[in-house]
Amino acid sequence: MLQRILALIIKEFLALLRDPKSRVVTFVPPLIQLVVFGYAASYDLNHVPFALYDQDRGQVARELVAAFDGSPTLELTRVIHSEEEIAPLLDSREVILVLRIDPRFSEALLTGGSAQVQLLLDGRNSNTAQVALNYASEIVAAFNERWSREQGVSGPPAQLVMRAWFNPNLESRWFFIPGVVGVLTLVVTLVVTLVVTLVVTALSVAREREHGTFDQLLVTPLRPLEILIGKAAPAFVIGVVEASLVILIAHFWFRVPLIGELTTLYAGIVLFVLAAIGIGLMISSLAETLQQAVLGAFLFMVPAVILSGFATPIANMPEAVQLLTYGDPLRYFLILLRGVFLEGTPLELLLDQLWPLVVIALTTLVSAGWLFRHRIY
Amino acid sequence: MNRRVRGLIRKEILQVLRDPSSIAIAFLLPAALLLLFGYGVSMDAKDLRLGIVTEQASAEAASFAASFQHNSYFKSRLFSTRQQAQTALTAKQLDGFLVLPGDFAARLKGEQNAPIQLIVNGVDANTARLMEGYVRGTWERWLERELAARARTLSKPVAMQPRIWFNPELRSRNYLVPGLVAINMTLVGALLTALVMAREWERGTLEALMATPVTLKELLIGKILPYFLLGMGGMGISVSMAIWQFDVPLRGSPWLLLLCSALFLLVALGMGLLISVVAKSQFVAGMIAIVTTFLPAFLLSGFLFDIDSMPLPVQGITHIVAARYFIAILQSLFLAGNVWSVILPNALALCLMGLIFFGLVRKKLHKRLE
Repeated sequence: MLQRILALIIKEFLALLRDPKSRVVTFVPPLIQLVVFGYAASYDLNHVPFALYDQDRGQVARELVAAFDGSPTLELTRVIHSEEEIAPLLDSREVILVLRIDPRFSEALLTGGSAQVQLLLDGRNSNTAQVALNYASEIVAAFNERWSREQGVSGPPAQLVMRAWFNPNLESRWFFIPGVVGVLTLVVTLVVTLVVTLVVTALSVAREREHGTFDQLLVTPLRPLEILIGKAAPAFVIGVVEASLVILIAHFWFRVPLIGELTTLYAGIVLFVLAAIGIGLMISSLAETLQQAVLGAFLFMVPAVILSGFATPIANMPEAVQLLTYGDPLRYFLILLRGVFLEGTPLELLLDQLWPLVVIALTTLVSAGWLFRHRIY
Repeated sequence: MNRRVRGLIRKEILQVLRDPSSIAIAFLLPAALLLLFGYGVSMDAKDLRLGIVTEQASAEAASFAASFQHNSYFKSRLFSTRQQAQTALTAKQLDGFLVLPGDFAARLKGEQNAPIQLIVNGVDANTARLMEGYVRGTWERWLERELAARARTLSKPVAMQPRIWFNPELRSRNYLVPGLVAINMTLVGALLTALVMAREWERGTLEALMATPVTLKELLIGKILPYFLLGMGGMGISVSMAIWQFDVPLRGSPWLLLLCSALFLLVALGMGLLISVVAKSQFVAGMIAIVTTFLPAFLLSGFLFDIDSMPLPVQGITHIVAARYFIAILQSLFLAGNVWSVILPNALALCLMGLIFFGLVRKKLHKRLE
């Protein structure tokens, strides 16, 4: 039995890798995508253009402007001299922030009053606006602290100091790159599973009959389960290999720390790839036409990514939607990836993420096996 | 419209009706996705799990802790040692914790700069930043009350007043929902047409079509028109849901929205058709569609991540993602109004992309056999 399965696995690998188009579709996009998405996916802002409307023009006002322009987040691109210039700049998205300094800024500051600055933000992208606002508050707070110290004014009686564990500089990229690794592993495994399995399920039986390969499959001593294992094996191997490749890029190219144990990481990868294969097999055995299979893949993949906590925290979702996320294998895999990469979470603490993956993998694989047996004859 | 085109369209419609998955793609998919994501995707953090460690009980520490307990942003838990809070943070039961050291009350009274430490789990950097902002705000309000009790005010040499245009409450749904409409339509457009030409190649029916007097132009019109109408139906559903279900204000002209949507849909259909013509097999076409549509539209379109903050080469790549232009148009049309300085350049870019896609389709599609 083992020998037969092995022969089938080799045949499937050859079939998959012989066609140059499917070879390219399998291997090139994930690696390019990791690099492109790795750079793209970040909530940190760099060189965000801002405009200055300085009605004060005093020396201290200039110091505050220098603090804004000196931060790597913001870049002064326009200096304006009238109220009317503000609206067109913000409307056209030429700048996302306008810093307006009150005419009595220096006077108020030097006489110990409260000096006013106004910050006008483009709220069309509310997250960018929020992040830019936070940066601006930090700059102003630092300016205030320095000013108070220099003027000998006593500061507040209590002070808040923040420290971030696991990601001391709060780099958004460290959060997203393990996420991209998870998403790409899902897509690759799903695609390969579909490519390999669709050939034997009902929808292309007609074509296989024409080629005569279907009859050959029927007269072989292979049982449906063996065919299924033969079909799943290439997806498994390719899924694990590509996951390893993207992890190498994540660690050595993007320099995301990898603190935890590799064995924990691979326990997660193996279980997740199995779950993804199970889902792929279910889709391909349920679909009657290729269009339905592709639609099925989308209907699974898109919600799986969005509800996994990849880009927006699960805790922000309404209760009912949070319940849905428990059926999403990517949810568990992302928690595991981020835990192992950044926190070095030991295996014991990740068992809660592993057993749901086992349940999902088992359910989908067993039902795919059942569906497959009923479809093929 | 001549008879041949009509015949082709009729044939295409029959094909759509026989495999209802096309109708599902056009109507069910956008509605389901928008409903799920409109509710599911939110950047507005709430119920952040915050631990408060008071090493020694005091009236000051209690009033400090109380200001966090009566706050909708936080779900707070009290600890008496730092060790317990650390264990809870490592076990992911907390997002962060505050430490009030044993001499907090004494130092506060003596104006000796009583330190409060905030430890956050930095893995999700964005949430960590938001949390810092909320904690800082709550802390400042507490401090003001404390100082007021002693007839003092918090000295703030420079006071910043933020004013946020277009979306004053920073409601994340207002910008996410228009973006979702664009992502939805990218998927719908590409899915509807990615397989149609490949299917004809694979089944050999394209050869039969080529033997007829139909011209390539008529063939393309016959392929595009039915799916365009289906896609516009899906677009209508998405936009109505954005306005009435999710209360996103539509400040621009609805006609302009219709026009831009039609333009974008043509580009998306053109991309699907190009995939289909290049791949020539339904397998490869389906797989290319999976790989090239969703993730790029999701990550490279400015839907979530600010394009200006990406490295230059990556910014260059975003220019070939059609959703980028449509999202810019949608966000402005919905939240700001008819801002021509945003709409015109982006609409032009969409026209250009459409021309390129259809030009390539026309070039790749010969009316002869190889």
